[in-house]
Amino acid sequence: MNRDTRIAWINRLILPLLNIFTAFAVTAVVFWLIDVNPIEAAQVLLYGAFGYEEGIGYTIYYTTNFIFTGLAVAIAFHAGLFNIGGEGQAYVGGLGAGLAILMLDPSLGAWVFIPASIIGALLFGGLWALIPAYLQAYRGSHIVITTIMFNFLAASLMVYLMVHVLRETGQMTPQSELFPTNAWMPFVHDVAAGFGYSIEASPLNLSVILALVCAVLVWFFLWQTRWGYAIRATGKNGSAAVYSGIKPKRIIIIAMCISGALAGLVSINELVGYQHRLIMDFHLGYGFGGIAVALMGRKHPVGIIMAALLFGILYQGGAELAFEMSGVSRDIVVVMQGLVILFCGALEYMYRPWLIRRLAPVKPQAAWAAEVSA
Amino acid sequence: MTDNYAIELTDIDKRFGAVHANNNVCLQVKRGNIHGIVGENGAGKSTLMSILYGFYQADAGQIKVLGQAYTFTDSHQAIAAGIGMVHQHFMLVENFTVLENVILGSEGGALLANGMGAARKELTRLGDEYGLKVDLDATIDTLSVGLQQRVEILKALYKGAKILILDEPTGVLTPQETDELFRIFDALKQQGVTIMLITHKLREIMSITDQVSVMRAGQMVAHTDTKDTSREQLAELMVGRKVLLQVNKKPANVRAPLMKVKRLTVKDSQGIERIKDISFELRAGEVLGVAGVSGNGQTQLLEALSGIVKMESGSVEILGFNMDAKNPLAPDKLRQLGLAHVPEDRHRMGLITDFSASESALLGYHTDPKINSGIWLSHKKVEANCNSLMSAFDVRPADPRLKSANFSGGNQQKLILAREMERNPDVLLIGQPTRGVDIGAIEFIHQRIIDMRDAGKAVLLVSVELDEIMSVSDRIIVLCDGEITGRIDASDADEQTLGMMMANALDPIDPLQTMDDQQAFLKQAATQERQL
Amino acid sequence: MSDVFLTVLLTLDATVRVSTPLILAAMAGLFAERAGVVDIGLEGKMLASAFAAASVAAVVGSPWAGLAVAIIVSCGLAMLHGFATITHRGDQVVSGIAINILVAGLTIILGLAWFHQGGLTPALNNESRFLSITLPFAEQLSFIPVLGPIYKELISGHNILVYLAFVVVPMVWWVVYRTRFGLRLRAVGENPTAVDTAGLSVIKLRYKALLIGGVLCGVAGTYIAIAHNAQFTRDMTAGQGYIALAALIFGKWRPFTVMMACLLFGFLDALAVRLQGVAIPGIGEIPVQFIEATPYLLTVILLAGFIGRAIPPKASGLAYVKER
Repeated sequence: MNRDTRIAWINRLILPLLNIFTAFAVTAVVFWLIDVNPIEAAQVLLYGAFGYEEGIGYTIYYTTNFIFTGLAVAIAFHAGLFNIGGEGQAYVGGLGAGLAILMLDPSLGAWVFIPASIIGALLFGGLWALIPAYLQAYRGSHIVITTIMFNFLAASLMVYLMVHVLRETGQMTPQSELFPTNAWMPFVHDVAAGFGYSIEASPLNLSVILALVCAVLVWFFLWQTRWGYAIRATGKNGSAAVYSGIKPKRIIIIAMCISGALAGLVSINELVGYQHRLIMDFHLGYGFGGIAVALMGRKHPVGIIMAALLFGILYQGGAELAFEMSGVSRDIVVVMQGLVILFCGALEYMYRPWLIRRLAPVKPQAAWAAEVSA
Repeated sequence: MTDNYAIELTDIDKRFGAVHANNNVCLQVKRGNIHGIVGENGAGKSTLMSILYGFYQADAGQIKVLGQAYTFTDSHQAIAAGIGMVHQHFMLVENFTVLENVILGSEGGALLANGMGAARKELTRLGDEYGLKVDLDATIDTLSVGLQQRVEILKALYKGAKILILDEPTGVLTPQETDELFRIFDALKQQGVTIMLITHKLREIMSITDQVSVMRAGQMVAHTDTKDTSREQLAELMVGRKVLLQVNKKPANVRAPLMKVKRLTVKDSQGIERIKDISFELRAGEVLGVAGVSGNGQTQLLEALSGIVKMESGSVEILGFNMDAKNPLAPDKLRQLGLAHVPEDRHRMGLITDFSASESALLGYHTDPKINSGIWLSHKKVEANCNSLMSAFDVRPADPRLKSANFSGGNQQKLILAREMERNPDVLLIGQPTRGVDIGAIEFIHQRIIDMRDAGKAVLLVSVELDEIMSVSDRIIVLCDGEITGRIDASDADEQTLGMMMANALDPIDPLQTMDDQQAFLKQAATQERQL
Repeated sequence: MSDVFLTVLLTLDATVRVSTPLILAAMAGLFAERAGVVDIGLEGKMLASAFAAASVAAVVGSPWAGLAVAIIVSCGLAMLHGFATITHRGDQVVSGIAINILVAGLTIILGLAWFHQGGLTPALNNESRFLSITLPFAEQLSFIPVLGPIYKELISGHNILVYLAFVVVPMVWWVVYRTRFGLRLRAVGENPTAVDTAGLSVIKLRYKALLIGGVLCGVAGTYIAIAHNAQFTRDMTAGQGYIALAALIFGKWRPFTVMMACLLFGFLDALAVRLQGVAIPGIGEIPVQFIEATPYLLTVILLAGFIGRAIPPKASGLAYVKER
């Protein structure tokens, strides 16, 4: 195996795995710090994620959300932008989905409701990203700060709307009225039952199919179309993009709106697929999780799906952990997210020099003209 | 033990990964000499000097400065040993004053106020002694390039340099500014300062140095007294074979004008006029060379003509279409009309270093219907496109999947030229085509430019290399401070005349105008700019 | 007449209290950015310091102990950021966000494990907090028209960390513009190669800048937890780290202008709180959610609408690589 191939293996497989392993190792230390046996914690976690049918359903249900937000963050990354606003975009996307459903005649069929809600989520999610995008492109306002501000603004907006406008009449809890049954995304256990298979009920619904379809579409869009090329070129080198006739300001806005739209689809899984009404705080954690997923998955849909699955496991396992052990809350998953972002993002290349020295060292007889970037 | 060597390098060896930048290099520089070091790009001269300056550490070998052995682990030690370096790209903080830049690192105390007074006195003394007068309180961004270089020299002398190394110092100077620099060298030499001059400009080596050493492919291949050699011999030693220093070409067959530039004015991002009301024509079948020291508006000219930047006023008629301030044409539209553009800075604009070669080869043409079928940008077609470009221009290695960053400078440039030329444009804009390119590729590139011209295309060649301008162009215009200060046929041009035009000294302005007057002018311009 | 005056005074008083953590955090960010390192992690450092200060003060009973540990924790996180971005040249924004998210989760996990109060730290009694200090003769001098009440309500009666924040600003100015360290710091943020060729260590300078920022964030977090409040609660920094960054940009990285920007934020925030429950003719009562959203809205508006582009230090955001 020549040196180039070795280095490719290091970059694409060994290094990412080592980074993930380090994140886990540090989590184990955290467990140890709070007097929890890491092995025991791991067992409870894995049991919660895989040990029973309902758990598996939950795991894949959470994975769906992470696929949406992972794709969202990744597309923005490819355009050179850091979209931290996934939380807010998911939340407001829910408003779009909810409004689409609540404003339509309840007697219409699912073939109207489901696409309408998807369009609503896409539109509103994209809209929530539009203003930060515009400010970055045309005013140079740092998109990281503006998207974080928009997360806070989304929270305030949604609380206000839930409490004062959309609340189900006569109820105390700030949530909307129930969606008509035609506007429910079918549960997987119901669909399976229709085919004669009996599986435990869980929130897992057909949105997972939507998520996988989105992953394929994003892959195709980024690497097999001229718009994807334009986005990637802008992200890598803005001057070269201008030289080639691409308009970076336009690209920033397009990429961010697609990003926001994808994040908005979380609401399809949560609201149209499970809660069947607009509720508060359904979005919490998925936006930031998307960052971890995008970085772990190296901004590629295949990697993102795998990373999303890992985080789905952690989310469901974390719930089980919080249930079983009173000293641990679900926030341990947030800690893991932070560690993954740290080791797969900021410290992505920490092990690289060492790995290359060990596994792909330079042989002195290498030709003078063979300039290989180490 | 001969103590009359200022620098003695013995068996210096250095690798960067797989690249053997310095291969057992030996060098002896006599005290008080002006010693030239020549070599192509990538020959290892900059690495060698960086090792001497403590910027890098050699893998093996010895360094002796003024008879004493040293191991430098950082620049601080080299400076303390008496070595000063003036880099190719100035190491100055733009918004600091001259004084602040010079004392950085040698402030004379934790509180600035303490050291500054003494520094001021010393700098004034040095300025008087060597003819290096500069306004100590001017900020760097208001100074001309020549004056910025003076600051760099002052910096080195202030820190006690007995040996001054200059890396490609004249690349950014007009011939007149170069003469001034050489006068400063004489003054320094009289005071016993040893000067090492790294350059690829053979004319300068012949005119100013006492001795010259030649590097090739990481090795020191020759060492001689300057009076015993010639440009041709040095060029041959640099490359290892006979080199064509002049391009052979037929007379031009000039036809109709394809581009008419009328009263073009272009402002930069700060709102300063960089191209001021210029007019010229570019005709089919000719190479029009645009000469001038870098920074006189060439970048803005190319960017305006290629649609990257909007023009302030004036118009450009190109291939029958009219483009002006109210009706700009975007780069993609211009490409469709038949314009191609090889940018000055290939890393900043010409390709995307992180992309594979095939994706870089697509830059500017990613909407081409021949490669796109509907919404699908086919990988196969993209790669096939790159393969054909690579074979047409002998790009090595011929691997479309290799990252663009992994090609040598010459091959990157060839890929970009292939990409632009193989589209068969009618008008070709080229900026600095052979910057950072090895001599073999230079010959190839010049030949291709001539081929385009013989095929009836119109070529605008912007370059700071006078040799290149004079040998490749048919007609030459000279840009100085955004204006055309000279128009001349290439056959009538020589370095002196072009130099005078580049300094705008053929006008009613006093030809004895010194750099200090230039400096006063710039200061005034800067104050005016701040008031805008 | 004096009613309006008193209201104004009390609003300004609240302004000072609200601006204090912003000023400290913004100064921290200033050192980092002037040295060429973007520090999005101000939020995380403040939150971690808040947790550390509240925990230690609860256990040991001394606010000073809390402050000391908070500073140590904050500096530790600053070194982590430095390790990722300076030593390993990682993406500075990603590193900052990683730290923020990590801290958000870790504070709850540790709080739960140590105090079993759902993530809160125990409520502190007055001995364990930084309390208001009444400046000498405040009460006696309050009879002097205009100046008396200003002295009593606005200037006197803050805790020591507030006074510290306002003393820090001129100190920062002096360090940045009048010392050798400040010259080198500014140089490293504009042209790190120039600093390297002058024989100075770019890496050491940047780490030092981050360390100073760590100390300042430690004070800011301590203030939020045990001076302004009496315990640690989930996500109690509520975005102030990001708002401080916006103030830094709006203030063009200059100490006094940044301080003014922070005061502006504080003032508008305090004003909004004053308007809570007040009926505005024609619109009615402003919903409380809008009041809560004001600082965030303000940040966006200020980042979007300021006159002229703010130009950050040239090397900001870029890792330093020796060119070859």
